[in-house]
Amino acid sequence: MFNPQAEAMPVAELRRLQGQRLRELVQRAYDHVPFYRARMQEQGVQPGQIRHIEDVGKLPFTTKTDFRDQYPFGMFAVPHREIVRIHASSGTTGKPTVVGYTRNDIANWAECAARSLACGGATAEDTVQIAYGYGLFTGGLGMHYGAERLGAAALPMSAGNTEKQIMLMKDFGVTVLCCTPSYALQIAEVAAQMGVDLMHLPLKSGNFGAEPWTEAMRTHIEELLPLKALDIYGLSEVCGPGVANECLEQHGLHVFEDHFYPEIIDPRTGDPLPDGQKGELVFTCLTKEGVPLIRYRTRDITMLLAEGPCPCGRTSRKIARLMGRTDDMLIIRGINVFPSQVEDVLVRIEGVHPQYLIVVDRQGNLDTMEIKVEVTEKLFSDEVRGLEALREKIHHQIRTMLNVSAKITLVEPKTIERTLGKAKRVNDLRKLT
Amino acid sequence: MKVRQISIFLENRSGRLACVLKEVGRAGVNIRALSLADTSDFGILRLIVDDVDKCLGTLRAGGHTVSLTEVLAVEVPDHPGGLAGILDVLSAANLNVEYMYAFVCRATEKAVVVFRFEDANAAIAALKKAGISILPAETVYAL
Repeated sequence: MFNPQAEAMPVAELRRLQGQRLRELVQRAYDHVPFYRARMQEQGVQPGQIRHIEDVGKLPFTTKTDFRDQYPFGMFAVPHREIVRIHASSGTTGKPTVVGYTRNDIANWAECAARSLACGGATAEDTVQIAYGYGLFTGGLGMHYGAERLGAAALPMSAGNTEKQIMLMKDFGVTVLCCTPSYALQIAEVAAQMGVDLMHLPLKSGNFGAEPWTEAMRTHIEELLPLKALDIYGLSEVCGPGVANECLEQHGLHVFEDHFYPEIIDPRTGDPLPDGQKGELVFTCLTKEGVPLIRYRTRDITMLLAEGPCPCGRTSRKIARLMGRTDDMLIIRGINVFPSQVEDVLVRIEGVHPQYLIVVDRQGNLDTMEIKVEVTEKLFSDEVRGLEALREKIHHQIRTMLNVSAKITLVEPKTIERTLGKAKRVNDLRKLT
Repeated sequence: MKVRQISIFLENRSGRLACVLKEVGRAGVNIRALSLADTSDFGILRLIVDDVDKCLGTLRAGGHTVSLTEVLAVEVPDHPGGLAGILDVLSAANLNVEYMYAFVCRATEKAVVVFRFEDANAAIAALKKAGISILPAETVYAL
């Protein structure tokens, strides 16, 4: 544990600390950010009414659209001379989301990134290869400062140039790898082509994030690299990587709650949901100075795990692996369905990432779901009953895992539309007006 | 002995079969025998051709899902009950036929039945023992 005093703090004490920090945060935001002042006035909330952490629910939400409306510096709460760094996340539409950091913000972020690395057992003895992009994106610099804060040797590779990544990984005796999970697989693939045996390198842990991944991918990564693959979560609006990280239990991500207060809400109503129920993840950044963040709706779907203390000794609550985005959540016959769940089922059956399309329609008053799956050579059987068995298997797994019945249609390769960048996974034909 | 047969996954949509056969033709590959298994949604086209590797390469390059299976081509005696006699041999040996299809050989004017067995080696042994002639693969490709 990097900071046992904070990470293993008794829960009652942690709640008191959160309450105190929330009071200060709300006052800061109210005094210095006209946007927050206006929002709180609209909601009829005064800073004085916020006394305990439980009062957080009285505060208004903040959304990505608010950041866009306040572009570029409308969310900043400090004079420009106190800002020491600016990051911006690329929006798929419109203006980027701009975040400014004070010296304290950078220090707190580095602390949390260091805790994340320490979750995998990293110490000052380690060499951390950072293969996240460096730049406006928070991945590279976030983990870099975390590694230095830990006292480890940061190897600032940035993303790309995989052959060189592998050469230095081997020659420098890298022990910790930070990158996206898909890039970890890419490294393994290229290493195999180069004839480099990664399984005998001294790698011990990896902090993989910045994109959704699955348990099946974790198993795959751990088969190809001799390390514990840990899920790291972060987003630039909150700070960057280091908001939450899995410990070696590999069962849920510890949220560094003394800095980031998590809530789960129903994305439709905004009502808070109890632990163990999935919904939209919301963060309040208790210590943020540059851009205070109050009840920020991340659009990420997960749940707070309802269980006792973690064997690792950390007292903070854990979130489950991300299950999708509110943007792509489907409600089929009242059941929340995420394309990622369908993908997970298909990955388990096929062992590779399949091409698929979910078609949702409404016949009469009943929603229907069809899943088109491209038949690869691995899935193809020369016999009709083999293909029917495959279809039945997918149907059964979908019903078991998602609780909805879907028509499974096997289609020829390359018949599902590919768009540049993000694959289209859902075609919702329902007209719900 | 074993004949290499190419199977292709097809959606049950108009034009799909024509599209595949056109690609095979353009590659200069000649079809010796064919069968189509179909359901309401999809079908499996099974081909025996003169140049298996060329055909396979062409279809894979065209992005089709294909597989290679081994089948047996058996000459059927030209008299009533000829095929039934062969099937008797198979059932006596407890051999399951996955699927089968028939065509008539131009040169000999004899009927040839293509069998797909779960266990091809056991089938070869049983057929040979009963004196039934299995066509060599080269003969089938060159029919």
